[in-house]
Amino acid sequence: MAKKKTIRTIPQERTPMREQDPQLRAKNFEEVACGYSLEDALRESERCLMCPDEPCIAGCPVGIDIPGFIQKIGEKNLRGAYDILTDTNLLPSICGRVCPQETQCEGVCTVGESLEAVAIGRLERFVGDNAIKEGWVNIPYIEPNRFRVGIVGSGPAGMACAADMAKAGCEVTVYEAFHQPGGVLRYGIPDFRLPNAVIDAEIDNLKKFGVKFECNTLVGRLFTIEQMIDEMGFHAVFVGVGAGYPTMLNIPGDSLNGVLSANELLTRCNLMRARDFPNFDTPVPIGKRVAVVGAGNTAMDAMRVSIRLGAEKVYCIYRRSRTEAPARAEEVHHAEQEGVEFHWLTNPVSVSDDGKGSVRGMRCVRMELGEPDDSGRRRPVPVAGSEFDFETDLIVYAIGTNANPIMGQTSKLKLNKWGYIGADEHLATSVAGVFAGGDIVTGAATVIEAMGAGRKAAASMKTYLGIRDPELPYLSAEGGGAGTLFGIDTRERNFARVRVA
Amino acid sequence: MKANAMSNFEIVAREDFSDVTYLLEVRHPLMSKAAKPGQFVVVMLNEQGERIPLTIADFDRNKGTITLVIQAVGKTTRQMQLECRVGTSLYAMVGPMGMPSPISHAKKVVCVGGGLGVAPIFPQARGFKEAGAYVIAILGFRTKDLIFWEGKFRACCDELILCTNDGSAGMKGMITDGIKVALAGHSNIEEVVAIGPPVMMKACAEATRAHKIKTMVSVNPIMVDGTGMCGGCRVKVGDQVKFACVDGPDFDGHLVDFDDLMTRLQRYTKDEKVAHERWSESCRMTRQVGPSALDALARVRAPQSELLELPDPFEDAPGG
Repeated sequence: MAKKKTIRTIPQERTPMREQDPQLRAKNFEEVACGYSLEDALRESERCLMCPDEPCIAGCPVGIDIPGFIQKIGEKNLRGAYDILTDTNLLPSICGRVCPQETQCEGVCTVGESLEAVAIGRLERFVGDNAIKEGWVNIPYIEPNRFRVGIVGSGPAGMACAADMAKAGCEVTVYEAFHQPGGVLRYGIPDFRLPNAVIDAEIDNLKKFGVKFECNTLVGRLFTIEQMIDEMGFHAVFVGVGAGYPTMLNIPGDSLNGVLSANELLTRCNLMRARDFPNFDTPVPIGKRVAVVGAGNTAMDAMRVSIRLGAEKVYCIYRRSRTEAPARAEEVHHAEQEGVEFHWLTNPVSVSDDGKGSVRGMRCVRMELGEPDDSGRRRPVPVAGSEFDFETDLIVYAIGTNANPIMGQTSKLKLNKWGYIGADEHLATSVAGVFAGGDIVTGAATVIEAMGAGRKAAASMKTYLGIRDPELPYLSAEGGGAGTLFGIDTRERNFARVRVA
Repeated sequence: MKANAMSNFEIVAREDFSDVTYLLEVRHPLMSKAAKPGQFVVVMLNEQGERIPLTIADFDRNKGTITLVIQAVGKTTRQMQLECRVGTSLYAMVGPMGMPSPISHAKKVVCVGGGLGVAPIFPQARGFKEAGAYVIAILGFRTKDLIFWEGKFRACCDELILCTNDGSAGMKGMITDGIKVALAGHSNIEEVVAIGPPVMMKACAEATRAHKIKTMVSVNPIMVDGTGMCGGCRVKVGDQVKFACVDGPDFDGHLVDFDDLMTRLQRYTKDEKVAHERWSESCRMTRQVGPSALDALARVRAPQSELLELPDPFEDAPGG
């Protein structure tokens, strides 16, 4: 047994992750952050104090046993670390890259109270990438039952729900409207942040669980949710279709050519490969001076894509200040490194045209922060007489999304006053057997929150179908009796964390 | 990457109406059951292709097929004309998308189809007929050789007014002249439905505005996903902004801002030209290799050169 670690004995500096040089990477779509080497990971794992109160686990929306997997890394048992991760999170490579760790696990890390927090996300990604490289996949013993489960939407919520239901022995079919599965991971998050190979690997893992993916299927229009239950033989359905109806600013000039949503820019560039135009047929508008409105992760993605597409100048226009920007800290930092010009406390007023239906410039007003609003953030108010114009030829709106109306148009699902699907605390909707989660219930949120909702819905679905978690009876054989806490299996405990039953 | 192994949207029939207009019947039993008049599909020819919206021109629930009528005007539609043979498959076809056209209880209806809009107006005309309305169809073509589906319309409509720009068949004149004839002959027309290029739909809306006759049009903006996610297809309808893919594609013609729609349709004209020129170039290359492609290509050549000189972006998005 090693000597007990203290805050003084652990490596003081957080292990940096190698990144592509900003000058170089601004011209390619290769991944920016290159990941940890084994040495990096071992050093960083040293920094975890294995503190008894484990605040990081509570900080994780899916309750990963974080000290557990870090300890395995320290023991150089990467397979063991992967096993622990996949107990709760099937997609470590994705979450390690896209979770806002600084507000979740790393935000509450004990080390973080006096030093920089343990780089939990980087370690998670290291283990996940290693598993992909080695071809590891954890397929538990699955006892098939007679239940069939339909999942609408192949994004993070749908994938997480599909994994849990497949593990429980159900026959799972995932429907996707696009021609490739992955949802926002595929069309939204660019390759330099989340390479397609990683998404493919994680989806292949799901297929090994027996999950079927049916693309080119627009549920609601090709068949309805009610038909799935009544005619197609599904015993339960999970709706995780995302919010996906981009908000426009509704200012004069909104409909000019050269004003588009971040969703459109990113979908063209990522899913449709417009950056390889004309090798691929889909075009994408290329701006010389691009203004992106908003400061969330999507906005950062849109800016960094614009730089890579060849923009000379990229501006970030945000009505609040940097502190309130919802993007991950790392994304803002990366965008800054790549040359994005940030205009905090600035709000667009109107878009001016060039007389030929295209954008010539944008008029903005300076803002200042007033009293806190309902969200607790200080409300931005315009500074009188501070309007100014600047030149831009492409404007991208990344100011959030509204509820996609297709489910409401085609089913009897009750919607809330904003048009999102109404669900109770178990994520059950107004239609028996139909559960919903992710952005279509909460409005735009993060990948890991959607995954958390997918897993929570899966737990409710199992209760609804009367399935006891089939993992439990077989655990002792697999784990050799280890990993129990007062007779309760640790998996059970993690599971209970997300179950609201 | 073969993420989707089930891409099997087989073309079971094809008919060429003219040098530029062709019909494809694609097998999709589930969609043929779900499709309703006014809806559209999004199609991809191959993995590198773009997603293009095409209005469902007809559906056969017994045969389990969806009928698309396509005009070869852009790179993708020309490539489809060359490559889509009976027995081949599309890479992707998803739908039916959009709100179905509301088939109202109007007792006397005029269904106007201009050029390629003739195809998507057909299921609506049939829908109205089935709902018990007196249906007057007005079909407009540039010239006699471009006419298609005349018999199909005659079979389901009470009256048919055929217009050609050069007078080679039916009455000589624009579609709006046909509307004048219909309005003169019938005082109790309750609804007009018009599908065609935006200029034509705009003219139809103007022709009926003074008469205060409800006029529905089916707009055809540029789309990517077709599920409301990208917002590329937004149109101004009255003082609101609507997404054609999920809120439409049918809107009140008297409220649609057609000038805005037409400007927005030109967004990618330049890129379209680049893609097309590059593709034509690669076709010339294959011509040297495979003589079989030559015949097919020759069929496309003639109208193509004409279109290249006179790009008409308004006819680009075929009806939906």
